Parts: sequence; structure tokens; C-alpha cells
Amino acid sequence: MALDRTDVAKIAHLARLEVAEADLDHYAAELSNILTLVEQMNAVDTGGVEPMAHPLHMAQRLRPDAVTEADRREAFQAIAPATQDGLYLVPKVIE
Amino acid sequence: MHEQSITELAAGLREKGFSSRELTEHYLARIERLDPALNSYITVSADTALAAADAADARIAAGDAGPLTGIPIAHKDIFLTEGLKTTCGSRMLDNFVAPFDATVVERLAAAGVVVLGKLNMDEFAMGSSNETSYYGPVRNPWDTTRVPGGSSGGSAAAVAAGLCAAASGTDTGGSIRQPAAFCGITGIKPTYGRCSRWGMIAFASSLDQAGVLTRSAADAALLLGAMAGFDERDSTSASEPVPDYGATLTDDIAGLRIGLPKEYFGEGLDAGVEASVRAGLAELEKLGASITDISLPNAPLSVPAYYVVAPAECSSNLARFDGVRYGHRCEAPQDLEDLYKRSRAEGFGAEVKRRIMIGTYALSAGYFDAYYLKAQQLRHLIADDFRRAFEQVDLIMGPTTPTTAFPLGAKTDDPVAMYLNDIYTIATNLAGLPGLSVPVAPVDGLPVGLQMIGNYFAEGRLLNVAHRLQQATDWHRAVPPGFA
Repeated sequence: MALDRTDVAKIAHLARLEVAEADLDHYAAELSNILTLVEQMNAVDTGGVEPMAHPLHMAQRLRPDAVTEADRREAFQAIAPATQDGLYLVPKVIE
Repeated sequence: MHEQSITELAAGLREKGFSSRELTEHYLARIERLDPALNSYITVSADTALAAADAADARIAAGDAGPLTGIPIAHKDIFLTEGLKTTCGSRMLDNFVAPFDATVVERLAAAGVVVLGKLNMDEFAMGSSNETSYYGPVRNPWDTTRVPGGSSGGSAAAVAAGLCAAASGTDTGGSIRQPAAFCGITGIKPTYGRCSRWGMIAFASSLDQAGVLTRSAADAALLLGAMAGFDERDSTSASEPVPDYGATLTDDIAGLRIGLPKEYFGEGLDAGVEASVRAGLAELEKLGASITDISLPNAPLSVPAYYVVAPAECSSNLARFDGVRYGHRCEAPQDLEDLYKRSRAEGFGAEVKRRIMIGTYALSAGYFDAYYLKAQQLRHLIADDFRRAFEQVDLIMGPTTPTTAFPLGAKTDDPVAMYLNDIYTIATNLAGLPGLSVPVAPVDGLPVGLQMIGNYFAEGRLLNVAHRLQQATDWHRAVPPGFA
């Protein structure tokens, strides 16, 4: 499937990536080439084949709903771009 | 000292031929002198390395040393190291000092290793040449105009050049085996779930697996034994007990049944690489192994399936980089959407953006069945091919890569050509199987890797067969000129 610049702009928005107008055609060509590679999958009929979710077919392990980790809020917030009073700061969302 | 095996180095430390401090200083001096030509390290942690070396020397003096105590290694910069910058090769994490250690880092530290620093890699482990790193490409010590492979390119180059005794790595589609092959060293990707993924920055969670790059299979057995095992903090960690890999290293391999998939010896395989791989196989026959032709009919579709599964999981995993909690944030964001979009656009390089977009597209409404579901079905067929093959043979072998290391820049303008470099390694990740690459005879002065694939949790058998090959041959002892 060939993608055009409108498709790329839409995908970039969904992925929250800013892509300059000037780069849209370039990405469209590159992504289309990758999809051409990917579509070789269609050579095989996979009707009725179970999709493989885990290489070892392991079921997800469960653990008791109990606190096991120490509170390390200060260490984790020390590496944040902007915090105040233990909260992460972002541009104003609600007027 | 740097040309010795870990076992030899450990004996030197124990018998007081030299101290861990002297050994660590030796590697630090080599890094300072030789790494400018390679760019294999992103961060060198001299101070903490020397402190760890002193602690190791104290343990050795107290008679409390294990086989890895005081051995200088380095970690791929994808593993979180508390208090030490962890970049994952990305501008996004250029300012990121990890607040905790990865399980793999923690376990090796408990075994007493000295960490010399953090090794260069393709950005977020996405690449096959180490050219997507924000910190610049790594060069191959055998020919510095060529790539070392990727994504664990820094790990492979540093081990081959004697800039650390061994290195950790990760392998999502060949990222340990392919650079090990290009740099002439030994690399093992264990079974999915064998080593904990806790604190290993996620790329494609159903494929990612930690492993090691070393000078020999015996060294790999020592390190893997210390790293592997169940970890409560990784929900996909395998509970299978870890055997003593050292205990089976020298087992006889007479009667070993080796399968050669015809799909790994077809069009696209360089004739010199094929001859070298067949010469390696002939050595195994001399040791009593028998060789059978087999087929993995769906293996050729592993690259297309991988370029759906890996980007889909990458787009989901990398959504966490939002410019809010850690990592790069753009200047003066207008609003929250602008903050997300510009922080991500500035923080990620071109290959990471391509994969995020392919993954976002494959998972978007209306396309899920055609791409992701189809790829997961193919994955099942590929795993079934291996299952049937392992009813006939003990190990599957072939080339690790179709060619030797290519020149820097040769494939950077053509993502699809770059992807096809992993044509022989990807199927193993899709099936979750362990794989190992060992050096065989070089072609035109460039290393060649022989790949061995085992059944689930057959790491011990892979290391055993690789070790027997290395006892009978000396290809793994070759040192790149200029790095002796």
C-alpha cells in the first residue's frame, strides 16, 4: 500500500510526532517502501492459523495485590524536566 | 592482559599476578588511547570502575571471590545503571541518569564485575550498523571504514578491540549475533525470557532479550550463568532453572545432529561467507557431528513479519517518551500537544520515527488484521517450522549474516536494504529461540559468523558445541591489527 503526504501527516499526528511539511513526501516514499516489504506476508495463506502472542505460550503470571516497591518519588522526579510540589508541570491544559 | 579469556584473567587475579585495579587501569588506558578511532563508548565511568576494582581486590584478598570478581566489562547503554547516564543511543535520553539498576546490571555487580562504562548502540536498538546512534557511528576494528553491525555495535567493537573483557548486549532481531559476526567475536542471544528485561529499555517487548558478547564461548558461559534466571519484576521472565553452563562446556559432541536450512544457503549469500561457514561445519563433522539438510519454509517471511511486529511494539513502548516525566523536553511549548510533538520530533532520530510511524499505521483502526494479526499468524507458522525441524536435529546452523561488514554509509539511504541484513537472525527472535554466533575463517580480512540455533533453553548445548569448535580451531583468537 502506497502512502501519500496526507496519510503521513495523519499517522504523525496519531504518533504525536511533529513532521515538517517539507519532509512529508520523503517519509511517504520511505514508509511505502517498507510497507511493500511487509506486504510480502500476503504470499502465505494464514486462514485459521492462531496468532502467536507469546513465544513460549506462557500465561501471564499474577501476584497478590500488595505494595512491594518503596516510595521513590523524589528520585524519579529529580530527572523530570519540570516539577513543583511533587507534581509534574506541563503547559496549561484547562483555561 | 586484554587478549586473555575471563578464566585466565580470574586466575591472574587469584594468583596475584595482577590486581583488579591494575587490570581496570589497563583497560581504561586502552580506551583512552584506542577508542577515539572506534567510538564504542558513550560514557566511560573511570571513578566508579576503580572503586569497584578496589572492592573486588578486597574480596579476592578475603578469599570471597567468584570467577567474575574484578573482571572489567561494559554494558550496552540500553541497560539502566543507577547514577550513571543511560542514553539508549538517543538524544531523547541524553540527560537521563537512571534512578535504578537493571536486573542484569545488578546480578553482574553482585558477581563482582567492574563496569568500565556504557557502550554505543543504534538509537533505541533500532538498526543493523550502529549508524543511527545520536552519538555517532561506531567503527569496525577490523576495518575502520566499515560498520561493526548493530544494534549492539559498541559492545562488539569494544570486545573485539580489547577495550573490555566482555560486554552485555540485547538482541531483538539479530542485534547481538550480527555485530558479533561482523567483529569476529562470540555472541549469544538466549531463549526469550531467560534474562530479565527489568531495567532494559524496551523496544519490542515480545522479542527483546539480553545476552552477552565475548571473546569465547567459555567466557559467554560464565557471564550468562551470572545474568540469567527468574525475576519477579519481569512479567515474562522464565521460571526454568539455570543450569551450570560451565559444567557441560567440554561434553563430547559425537552424534550431534546438525540441520542446515536450505533457505539460509540460497540467493543473496556471499560465496566467500558460505565457504567459510561450510569450513566451520566441516570442523564440527570432524568432532563427530552429522549434517542433514532441512527446510524452514516460512523463514523467508520472517523479515516482513518482523517489520510489523517490532514497529508495532516500538510505537507502543516509545509512547512513554512524552517530555513530561523524564528525557528531552522542547523549549517553550505552546500547549500540551505541542510539547509532545516537538519533544518527540527533536528527541528521536529518523529511523526511530520511521518505525514509530509504521507501527502506528499497522495498529490503526482498519489495518490491524491486515498487518499485526497477519504477522502474528506468520510468527506461529515460523515457530512451527522450527518445532518440526527440532524433531529431526539437535541444532540448526548456517551463516549469521549474508555478507561480511559493509562500508559506513552503504545502506543508510535505503532502510529496506538495511533490514535485509538480518534475514538469517530474525526468525529466531520471532520464535523465541536461543541463537549464538561464533567466528569462523575470515574473508578478505573481515570476520565471518557461523550461527547456531537451539531449541528452547538449549543455551548449554549451544555453548558446549561452540566451545568444542573453539578448542579445535583458533579463529576466535584472531585480534584486529592495530588493537593487539
